Parts: sequence; C-alpha cells; structure tokens
Amino acid sequence: MPLRLRLDKPWQPLTAETAARLPGQLGVYQVADAAGIIVFIGQAGARAPFGLRSELQRELGARGPGYQFRVEVNQQYRTRWFELLMVHQADHGSLPADNAKNPPPALGRLSPN
Amino acid sequence: MDFEPSPEQQMLIDQVRRYVREEIIPLEAKLDPDASELEPADHARLVAKTKAMGLYGIDIPKEFGGPDIDIVTRTLLAIEMAQHRAGLYVPCYGTFGGAGLAQIFEANEDQKERYLYPTLRGEKKPFFGLTEPSGGSDPARAIQTRAERKDNGWVLNGAKIFISGADRAQYGIVFARTDASKGRAGITCFIVDAGTPGFHVRRVVHTLRSSSYATELEFKDCWVSDHQVLGEVNKGFAVANDRLTRQRIPYAAGCIGVAIAAHEMAVEWAKMRSTFGDKLANRQAVQWMLVDNEIDIRTARHFTLEAAEKARRGLPFRTEAAIAKLTASEGGGRVVDRAMQIHGGMGMTKDLPLERWYREMRIRRVGEGPSEVQRVVIAREILGSSLR
Repeated sequence: MPLRLRLDKPWQPLTAETAARLPGQLGVYQVADAAGIIVFIGQAGARAPFGLRSELQRELGARGPGYQFRVEVNQQYRTRWFELLMVHQADHGSLPADNAKNPPPALGRLSPN
Repeated sequence: MDFEPSPEQQMLIDQVRRYVREEIIPLEAKLDPDASELEPADHARLVAKTKAMGLYGIDIPKEFGGPDIDIVTRTLLAIEMAQHRAGLYVPCYGTFGGAGLAQIFEANEDQKERYLYPTLRGEKKPFFGLTEPSGGSDPARAIQTRAERKDNGWVLNGAKIFISGADRAQYGIVFARTDASKGRAGITCFIVDAGTPGFHVRRVVHTLRSSSYATELEFKDCWVSDHQVLGEVNKGFAVANDRLTRQRIPYAAGCIGVAIAAHEMAVEWAKMRSTFGDKLANRQAVQWMLVDNEIDIRTARHFTLEAAEKARRGLPFRTEAAIAKLTASEGGGRVVDRAMQIHGGMGMTKDLPLERWYREMRIRRVGEGPSEVQRVVIAREILGSSLR
C-alpha cells in the first residue's frame, strides 16, 4: 500500500511553545503563511542539533510571528523532502516561494494521481 | 590467475585513492549524511579534475570517446571509488562520468544521434524500465506491460516499479510484452521520451536507501513510433539479460570498496579503543571478527576480478559474474555488520558512515538479481541444465 503522498495534517501556529513541544527526530515540515499558502518545505536532517524541534525554532527565529507549520517524523527525510517538493510542483505548477529561491539541483517531475 | 595489480594499474589505483581521500571525503564531511549530490559548483570543479586525470567517462567504450581502460582495471578503480560515505550508490558523486545505459550502444545510427551521443555529452539522462509490480527476479515471465501495434507504432499500457531516476530522465528504455504467447521471446525493448503523452511518473518509492529514491511508472495508451524500437521486435529480453550480467561486476566492486572502508575503520578503532584495561584489538572475539572481514573481502575481490578477467578476454562470464555479485553483496554486508559491532554505540549513529552502508548494503542482496537468483544461475552451470 503506497504511503500518503501529501502532508495533510492540521496546521499549528508557529510559536515558541509549539516549536518547543516538537520531537528531536528527523523529518520533514511545511511552513505556511496566515492564509495557509505553503511558503517553504524543509527537512530536519542529521545535522540539525535537535531534529524537527531545532529546525522549527530556527524557522521561527528567521521568520517571526504570523506563520503556521506541520511536521512529519520520517527517517527517510531526504527522499520524503524531494517527494513533497515534486508533489507541490505538480499541484501548483511551481515550488513554494522560499524553496524557489534556492531549488535543489535536478529536482524531478511527478504526475501523481 | 594473478590478480596483483600491474605497475600501471597500481598507479591509477593510487591516483583514484588520493582523489577520494583528498577531494571527496573532505567535501562529504560538510554534507548531510544521507546526501547523494554535491553542490553544482563542486561537481563541475571535480569533473574538470577527473578529465585532467584522463579518467572521465571511464566506462565509455573507446570508439565512443572513452579512455580505453580494460574492465579489470575499471573494476580495481571501482573498488577505490566506492570508499566513502555515498560511495556504494554514488561513487565519487558521479564525477567520473557515466556511460549511460549499455543497451544504447547497440542502437541504430538514428537512435545513437538522438540518444547515445547526447547522453555521452551529459545532455540527456536515461532510466532503465524493467521491473514491474508483478516481479523483478524473473522478468521474462513477470513483464505484464503490453505493447500493441497501432498506426506504424506501438501502444504501451502497464506499470513499472523500483525505477531509478525516471523523474529526472529525458528518456528511458522500457521492456514490454509484444507477443503474449512466446514468453521471453515475446518481449521488445522501446525507447520512450519522458514527455511522451501517456507516460507518467506516478510516485516516489521510499526504501532503506534514504539518500535516493526509486519511482513507480505508469504507461497509459502511450504511443511510440517504430523508430523507438531498440534492437529487434521480440528480442528485447536478450538486451535486458546482457545488461544484467555486465552490471554485476561493477555492482560487486562497489560492495567490496565499502567493505574495505568499513574494515579499515574497524581495524583502526580496535587498535585505539580500550575496554576493561585492554585494547579491543587484543580481544580474541574482536580479532576473529576482523579475520572474518579479511576473508570475506579477499574472497569477493578474487571472484570479482576473476569475472572481470573472463569478460576482458571475451570468454563467457555469466556464472563468474553471479558468483562475484553473490559473494560481494553477502560478504560486504557481513563486513559492515561486524564493523558496526566493533564500534559499539557509535557504529549505530549518523556521525559515522557505517549505518548508511549497513542500510544500503542490505539492498545489494536484492538489487541486480537477488542472491537466490544468482544461486540459480550458478546451479544451472553446475548441473548443465536450465532447471526448468
């Protein structure tokens, strides 16, 4: 049975409190603006000191208030990250705004059902 | 057979070993432990270096511009190229170039112009579409993708799975059944452009290999012209089979390279680490693990070079390639496992490359024909029959 393609968990406000509650595990995440438009898809890789928690704390520090996020704990954080980027590109015709500024080299194409 | 490298081979081995240690490993220390790509600027800089070394496109035949290095020497170099964290699946991050797909060298002139030469120039990337959800070990029987005649061409319908690079490729080689009544004599090989209507990369398939993914493909009324048939109609299985046999030698070499790197780490650690007042290297339990590593590596190296030597001399090497693939993938897995055991807790972390090698090496017992299929190939040779 294929895994779910899209990250469709409910959004949480990106605050110091919600970020502090996140696990220190590897995984992927999405950041959206107040209107729910995804602006960035990121990964918490093995070099993140506290996994998803420190990555989202870093996002909060860089962006400030007014954003929301959702995460997925995933050991296959790199391939899942590529997958989420490709699915977003297929759904919306482009990458999220902040990924488009520095796209990964040689991103593939998906045409999901 | 004497497999000691000649002075010329040793010179090339030393050159590649230095390249891995001085260029690749320092860059790798800054990458994510699961990364499979260098920054484009680093990649371009290193490609310029391998070109200057005269080793770029090492697997490309001489008549197509390759550096004319025999398969035994290429095997020795492939063992060296794999000795870094990403080395099993992305030796030296592709900075020695690739040969594309071996089958494309058998294409007709028109197809060579459209696919082979752009691939060799690095302008196009291919994928290899053989395995299907119905199975991969026995492709002659498992292939259910159909190709039916229509309008001076063929209409493909079906699915493929575990296909690497299809989402980034410009074209692929796809095997489909063109005569359902003929078994392996009813399969044809097609070249399919990525933009062909009806060709879809449906999803990413996540595996133990977290650095890179495979894909699942769908062909839905995908029409290709007769010009896209590679080789002859109903003779595609021979094309696939030839590739599978040849690929087993570099596949084995990669396993040996990683096993050597893991073993060297274990030896170094055993000499350094003390427990209960003595070095690990002085414990018989650890010594025996290191001895078993040495035996696994030497065995795999011998059989892999034997297969390469037979291929170099133009002799049949199907059985030898199967033995090489079997001993290197199974032995390599055992070596990495023992190296992790000797390293204890640190061996389980992403701080060291061992855990990545452990996951990726496990795939090697299945990829390019599982161990059981290699044993079937060897058994056929021993018993002199096809064991049907």
